[in-house]
Amino acid sequence: MIAVRGLHKRFGDQTALRDVDLDVARGEVVVVIGPSGSGKSTLCRCLNRLETPDSGEIRVDGAALPAEGRALARLRADVGMVFQSFNLFHHKTVLENLTLGPTKVRGDSRAEAERRARELLDRVGIGDQAGKLPAQLSGGQQQRAAIARALAMRPKVMLFDEPTSALDPEMVGEVLDVMTGLARDGMTMVVVTHEMGFARQVADRVVFMADGEVVETGTPAEFFASPATDRARDFLAKVLSH
Amino acid sequence: MNVITDHLAEFGDGLLLTVGLTLLSLAGALAAGVVVAALRVSPVRVLRAAGMAYVEVLQNVPLLVWLVLAVFGLPEVGVIAGLFTTAVVVIALYQGAYAAEAIRSGINAVPAGQGEAARALGLTFTQSLRLVILPQALRTVIQPLGNIAIMTLMNTALAAAVGVVELTAAANRVNLAEAQPIWIFVTAGLAYMALSAVFGLVTGTLERRLAILR
Repeated sequence: MIAVRGLHKRFGDQTALRDVDLDVARGEVVVVIGPSGSGKSTLCRCLNRLETPDSGEIRVDGAALPAEGRALARLRADVGMVFQSFNLFHHKTVLENLTLGPTKVRGDSRAEAERRARELLDRVGIGDQAGKLPAQLSGGQQQRAAIARALAMRPKVMLFDEPTSALDPEMVGEVLDVMTGLARDGMTMVVVTHEMGFARQVADRVVFMADGEVVETGTPAEFFASPATDRARDFLAKVLSH
Repeated sequence: MNVITDHLAEFGDGLLLTVGLTLLSLAGALAAGVVVAALRVSPVRVLRAAGMAYVEVLQNVPLLVWLVLAVFGLPEVGVIAGLFTTAVVVIALYQGAYAAEAIRSGINAVPAGQGEAARALGLTFTQSLRLVILPQALRTVIQPLGNIAIMTLMNTALAAAVGVVELTAAANRVNLAEAQPIWIFVTAGLAYMALSAVFGLVTGTLERRLAILR
């Protein structure tokens, strides 16, 4: 579904990604972990070209990622993205947040888009919040609405860029539950996160990044039980010691 | 006081023309402002340069010079339009440069994540701007746009210099006949203040109604 080859990205004289390869199969859940500044968010944002890579190739469902314009917009419509800071449209109700993409990009009728939007809101457990503005929702509810907004586009892949990092601890669970449900339903997912429990239980594969490189990759069972590299061991010792 | 009541018709006609000039050129200025602000944030370098050139050229020449240039220059190159129409277009384009800068500052105040989320959904740049960014940007710059509306109203007085008989010109004509400048121009001034007060009220109401919860 996603194939990344030799991806390089620099911000000024800081190298964010160095020769990154990544393959994600259809229906696979890949969880990307690593210390802050390891390039995992940049990798995630390159996958739908919110960041422009300096070199390397990204293919989504067989097609090379277009550089810009309408072709890129069409491709992005097939790739759902969930942000750390939710980024719901502040001036629109939750329901309007969900119907904007389907009506303007997919050309769905308003009635059809609203029907599907309400279904999705029920699925993520906030059906009764449809008429509210994002600011009237809790963080966990906002993030679930943002997931529903991405799903409303019927994406082939979902990207999650640290979806629980901006949430109060008691709201992390409700968002992870929705993501776990999605994974069970067979959605192809790339998840950048610090939630080791989620990686352990839901991931098909864990990708460990450090200093802009993919250092290690493997099943969660292998990776958490016996990391192959010192850097992964060191990282796990720090995050799992509490 | 007779000097005012005797000439109510002239004052009334002038006031109507001032209101017409203001509303029409303000509508034009807002339209021009949105378009030019959109150019200035475009991903295409040529369009950004065009937007910037517009603002620099329009803002850096006094409105009176533009009015005189248009009224006397346009017929030279074969463009014949009425004085009122010419004044509306010139004031609209001039105030449009200021409106563009206010709107651009509003666009810059919209969090970057809003545009990213819009593009991630598959909206094109133009759709993102029109459906997500501008609706939020305009709400944050209602107050500065209100100031531009008042500035537009005041600047319509310059149309008097090129023969449009709006409120200031009407007052001036009455004064030529009556030679009572204090009564006459205080009256005109109070009329301008009343109109400004209306803009102020509208701006305040819009700002309260349209405030964005973040």
